[in-house]
Amino acid sequence: MSLPPTDMMAAIAVTRFGLGARPGEIAAARSDPRGFLTAQIRPQGADQPQADAESSAQRLSDFRDYQMQKRDAKAAASVTGGDPKSDPIKDARKMLRDDTGGDFLARAQLASTTDAAFRERWALFWANHFTVSATKQVTGTVIGPFEQEAIRPHVFGRFEDLLVASSTHPAMLLYLDQAQSIGPDSRAGASTKLRAKGAGLNENLAREIMELHTVGVEAGYSQTDVTEFARAMTGFSIGRPQEEHAFQFLFRDNAHEPGARTVMGRRYGQGGQAQALAVMRDLAAGSQTARHVATKLAVHFVGDDPPPALVARLERSFSDSGGRLDDLARTLVTAPEAWDPAPAKFKTPYEFAISTWRSVGGQPQAIGKLAPVLTGLGQKPFSAPSPKGWPEEAQVWCAPDALIKRLRFSEAFAAQAADRLDPVDFAQSTLGARLTPPVAKAVARAETRREAMALLLMSPEFQRR
Amino acid sequence: MNARPSRRSLLAGIGLSVSFLGGSAFAAADGPLSKRKMVVVICRGGMDGLTVSPPIGDPDYAALRGDVAVPADQALNLDGTFALHPALTSVHALALKGQARIAPAIASPDRARSHFEAQDVLETGAAQVYGVGSGWLNRTLEVMGPRKIEGLSVGATAPLILRGKVQAASWSPGPGVDETARLPTLLQDLYRTDPLMGPAFARGLETEAMAQAATPPPASKIIPASTDKASMAPVAANPKQGRETARTLGATLGGFMIQPSGPRIAAISLDGWDTHAGQVGQLNTRLSYLDAMLDGLNSGLGAEWSDTVVVVATEFGRTARVNGTGGTDHGTGSTALVLGGGLKKGGIIGDWPTLKQTALFENRDVTPSLDLRGLFKGVLGEHMGVERAALEGTVFPDSAAAEMVTGLV
Repeated sequence: MSLPPTDMMAAIAVTRFGLGARPGEIAAARSDPRGFLTAQIRPQGADQPQADAESSAQRLSDFRDYQMQKRDAKAAASVTGGDPKSDPIKDARKMLRDDTGGDFLARAQLASTTDAAFRERWALFWANHFTVSATKQVTGTVIGPFEQEAIRPHVFGRFEDLLVASSTHPAMLLYLDQAQSIGPDSRAGASTKLRAKGAGLNENLAREIMELHTVGVEAGYSQTDVTEFARAMTGFSIGRPQEEHAFQFLFRDNAHEPGARTVMGRRYGQGGQAQALAVMRDLAAGSQTARHVATKLAVHFVGDDPPPALVARLERSFSDSGGRLDDLARTLVTAPEAWDPAPAKFKTPYEFAISTWRSVGGQPQAIGKLAPVLTGLGQKPFSAPSPKGWPEEAQVWCAPDALIKRLRFSEAFAAQAADRLDPVDFAQSTLGARLTPPVAKAVARAETRREAMALLLMSPEFQRR
Repeated sequence: MNARPSRRSLLAGIGLSVSFLGGSAFAAADGPLSKRKMVVVICRGGMDGLTVSPPIGDPDYAALRGDVAVPADQALNLDGTFALHPALTSVHALALKGQARIAPAIASPDRARSHFEAQDVLETGAAQVYGVGSGWLNRTLEVMGPRKIEGLSVGATAPLILRGKVQAASWSPGPGVDETARLPTLLQDLYRTDPLMGPAFARGLETEAMAQAATPPPASKIIPASTDKASMAPVAANPKQGRETARTLGATLGGFMIQPSGPRIAAISLDGWDTHAGQVGQLNTRLSYLDAMLDGLNSGLGAEWSDTVVVVATEFGRTARVNGTGGTDHGTGSTALVLGGGLKKGGIIGDWPTLKQTALFENRDVTPSLDLRGLFKGVLGEHMGVERAALEGTVFPDSAAAEMVTGLV
């Protein structure tokens, strides 16, 4: 398989592997398109959207304060008959929401302005692979910190480390109900008080680690394997306010189910948290995991129905390197199959919006403007519909109503931004060699700058990557 | 750009989206069958059948369920053995008139207990996962041709159940686009050779025009305006507002369906049923939304409720036993609801395997006695008039093992 000409490769590097061209970016990638991408791979991981970000422990502490405040206010109201929705509660709720909105905006601003957009796309891929969604009130406040603490530092390290970081992070432990899971025969499980409350095993996180994060549902594990892994994971919890490790990962030995476990044919005789970590190590190293991750990467970066040769190449890289994600990234961007000039991926709403801001060298300024746009297009901030994360398929995102909404957004965006631009230059700098003659002609013939810009943003080649 | 939150964003806040498909010229072409309508409600996440229709008369129910059991004195009694959850007041009122029935031990053919696999199987109508790439409602429209068939989904993304050869339109409320303006015309030209964007955009413009004519004006006024336009809140809409939104959604959908050229087949998704922890409160809220939506649909359809069958289904049920965190884990058999003004009276649909330990599937879940495909085939065959050969060959291939449920209408 031969590679396309350099001009085309520069445009592909920036628009497919990156997040859309900022002015001058395609020109900058031209001398060495693949080197432009490999230079973005670095041991310290992805960029952090906020330098002085609050930790997840801080956020969870704030959330607990909010809950206590709410409870107190309710109690006070039941005594005095006052309004339970007193203002301090509303203020606290608003603060939590502002925190979450601030995290999302900071991430969108990083994506809009970064010179290392491949690195950011790579981080977003892993954040979606290990989805935590704001479907619970408390998880919303820790998604930003989760990405900062558990995902971004590890995206060019070992897959196993990323898996463990995600699976021991409070956000994931809360999102998939692991924090409260108790071994039925553990000391805590034997306590009559807890037993009376029906406390016990919860298999949600164990199942999703197997199905979504590692070996995948085709790997042929059984319900017994899931339950055994869930038993091994009992004790993975979060410290209470007065404890050491308050609001952080805490292994509770007294909640851990005693005894050896068997998961997918392997016996795990370790005690304590070493047991589940050993299961995770084997899951991370499994050949099914290599295939699962390779397929997902190829689907995300290249096409909903990716070339089998690319999947095989990525799978080999994952297995041969022992799950080194920097090697995997290098394999991806140097694989000839990844450089087919035909744009096969339809942008998600987030990708479409970010690439629009990038095209003018701008960035979103307010979450109050950004969030309704994404929600209207079907991708509410931080709210993936399930632990599987946001879907990839073009058919999902290219729905008739979504195109009408994208058109409205493009018109409104052009009304703000087009008057400073030369349409022909804008089309060139945004799409480079990926600009097709019909679109170039339509842009050149447009009646106004606004119309030219909206046409370009709605063109088949800008809507894809 | 958007100063006020769209209805779509409010709907998204309670996890609701609607898709509908229908035939416009069909109405003129046929006799009594031409008014028949079908609505499929998909409850995503694995809805707990033992909470929807608690078997309060089953001697093992209370013990298995512990704290999450629906108390017998609060449940809305059906037949002594089964009741409905207290939030399902409208459904219960219909059931007393013979216009709502339950299938308490039903499942798709999938047994993997994976949401994603099971939803795929539910929506494709295939015998196993990855068996078919299109949705069975889309194939239903295909076989109901060659009459001109319209497709429409309300909501920004397209659900699998209506993806396929027939281009489904989609719509959600918002400021309109003038399709005679210059830009849409230029874009249609650019998309002419684009197999994905071309048909989708054309259908989007058509639907925009149709929807503007068809939406009952009061509907938009009922939607309460949120004061927080940044509403990306993880905090859910309050339950009362959620119920009103759900009721309006149902009524609007009903209003669409009684238009002379309105859709006759619709699919609605309601998310948020994956209740691993603290399920009692979550299901109270979810079921009250479901009840309000169904009540709104009933009133929106008016007299044509008698021509409509609604099926409420989920991808799998949940464990018979309460788990350690006040919830339940992924299971197998669950409850489907069947509603409509033209239903025949009858008891439960399918057999009840009981909750005896020996009767549980893998000593864990309600054992399914009925295949969802059999129920869907029954509604499509006897109510919508789809021919048997098309049902078995195209809509639900390899479904011979799933016997068609007869005698519902």
